[in-house]
Amino acid sequence: MKHHFLFLLFSACPLSLTAADKVVSIQLPAETAAYKEAPGVELARGHCVTCHSADYASSQPPMPRKFWEGAVKKMKEKYGAQIPDNIAALLADYFTAAYGVK
Amino acid sequence: MEQTHRLLSRREFVKKAGAVTAGLMTARTVIAEEQTVTLPFENGVRRLARFPQKRPLILQTSRPPQLETPFSVFNESLFTPNDAFFVRYHLANIPLSIDTEAYRLEVKGAVEKPLKFSLEEIKKDFEAVEIAAVNQCSGNSRGFSKPRVGGGQSGHGAMGNARWKGARLKDVLDKAGVRAGARQVVCDGLDGPVLPQTPDFVKALEIDHARDGEVLVAYEMNGEPLPMLNGFPLRLVVPGHYGTYWIKHLNTLEVIDGTYGGFYMAGAYRIPATPGGCLEPGEKMTDSVPITRFKIRSFLTSLEEGARLHAGREVMLRGIAFDGGHGITEVLVSTDGGRAWHPAKLGKDHGRYSFREWTLPWKPEAKAHSIQCRAFNRLGESQPLEPLWNPSGYMRNVVETVNVTAA
Repeated sequence: MKHHFLFLLFSACPLSLTAADKVVSIQLPAETAAYKEAPGVELARGHCVTCHSADYASSQPPMPRKFWEGAVKKMKEKYGAQIPDNIAALLADYFTAAYGVK
Repeated sequence: MEQTHRLLSRREFVKKAGAVTAGLMTARTVIAEEQTVTLPFENGVRRLARFPQKRPLILQTSRPPQLETPFSVFNESLFTPNDAFFVRYHLANIPLSIDTEAYRLEVKGAVEKPLKFSLEEIKKDFEAVEIAAVNQCSGNSRGFSKPRVGGGQSGHGAMGNARWKGARLKDVLDKAGVRAGARQVVCDGLDGPVLPQTPDFVKALEIDHARDGEVLVAYEMNGEPLPMLNGFPLRLVVPGHYGTYWIKHLNTLEVIDGTYGGFYMAGAYRIPATPGGCLEPGEKMTDSVPITRFKIRSFLTSLEEGARLHAGREVMLRGIAFDGGHGITEVLVSTDGGRAWHPAKLGKDHGRYSFREWTLPWKPEAKAHSIQCRAFNRLGESQPLEPLWNPSGYMRNVVETVNVTAA
């Protein structure tokens, strides 16, 4: 356990002699999740990846359009995503086609 | 990859995808085998991913990170190793580097004397308390909801048991002096939203709860500093309560004389205001209240779904049980799908917030068996035989079934 921890300690400020003791840093692995190809994928890439990785959508159970419509609405109204209404409808279409059930 | 193989279980059916992920290094191509597991529900295939300070864990989402503990870990030890402990963030702006000397925990609001504590002060100026406690995500096991609901599609691994060491939140608040009329403590950490208009992840505790002497400002987990992804350097430990309250990278405590109305209290993490917090499957929630304490649960950990046993040879059935802090008093086990129930032997009591081990020797006959376990607590509460449902897929605690065959 200990060696894992020390392995991950490295200085964010190489000029300071004591920085390694007081600064704890990690590096996250590269993000590999990507939106599935389907009409409208560029909208998902444009609007959704700002705040979260594609697996937020791809890990959901197969759900009808109403579910995806609700998810996009929630991102807009609760989380402040800047999505015009016409784009929101197209995003719901995309998610239904890529990850949902018709 | 050695370690990966060890933690994989048949329950989470392993597949070597054999994906070529790494590129050219000098003249040789390094081939990294991508491991996946399949959680037992539709669209349950997940990658195993290695994040800093963690062994390969079930990747639910990568940004922000949500990592699930492979279930076999719960059979390895009663306390969940730090490198296997689940990770759950809400917002992607998470701290990746902490200057432990500059770090401050600020106490402000309805207090006599607003204060800022360094890490050193939290560790030295307050009595250190250690408590064994389970942390469990509100949506642990959400993937099993029927009908399915949106959200993180966890199997049973968004939980863990650890020994948490820290200062009592009560002592920290009292140093600043909570004013008469205070109602809640609003708790915030360094993790925040990407967009300024997204609500920050902030939670509130009732003042009496915050001052009950059990809630901790923890800096150690199983004798080590907290892993970064579990809230380094300070996190709230709220024994018996769902993980949503266990604020990571805790840096602000604001005492208020009203009720906090932020999104993650007033608009999310709410359960139906019904007895048991459940509705008819598919029903819409009208009245709601914030989620609070764990419902009682138990699991068989020693046998996996589909396990094959030798008929007539005794095996030790083993598992875990926990509840919201009333204390486990009994675990009954059935090997015939719920017809006959046998009391299991309870293991060492590590306190009423910890996993409690249970064991029962069993000699299976040559046939198929459905094994179930059902825990009871000091209040006489137990687990339902049929799953309860709510629209967010919170608080699953049905008696789970593991099917095995002896021959």
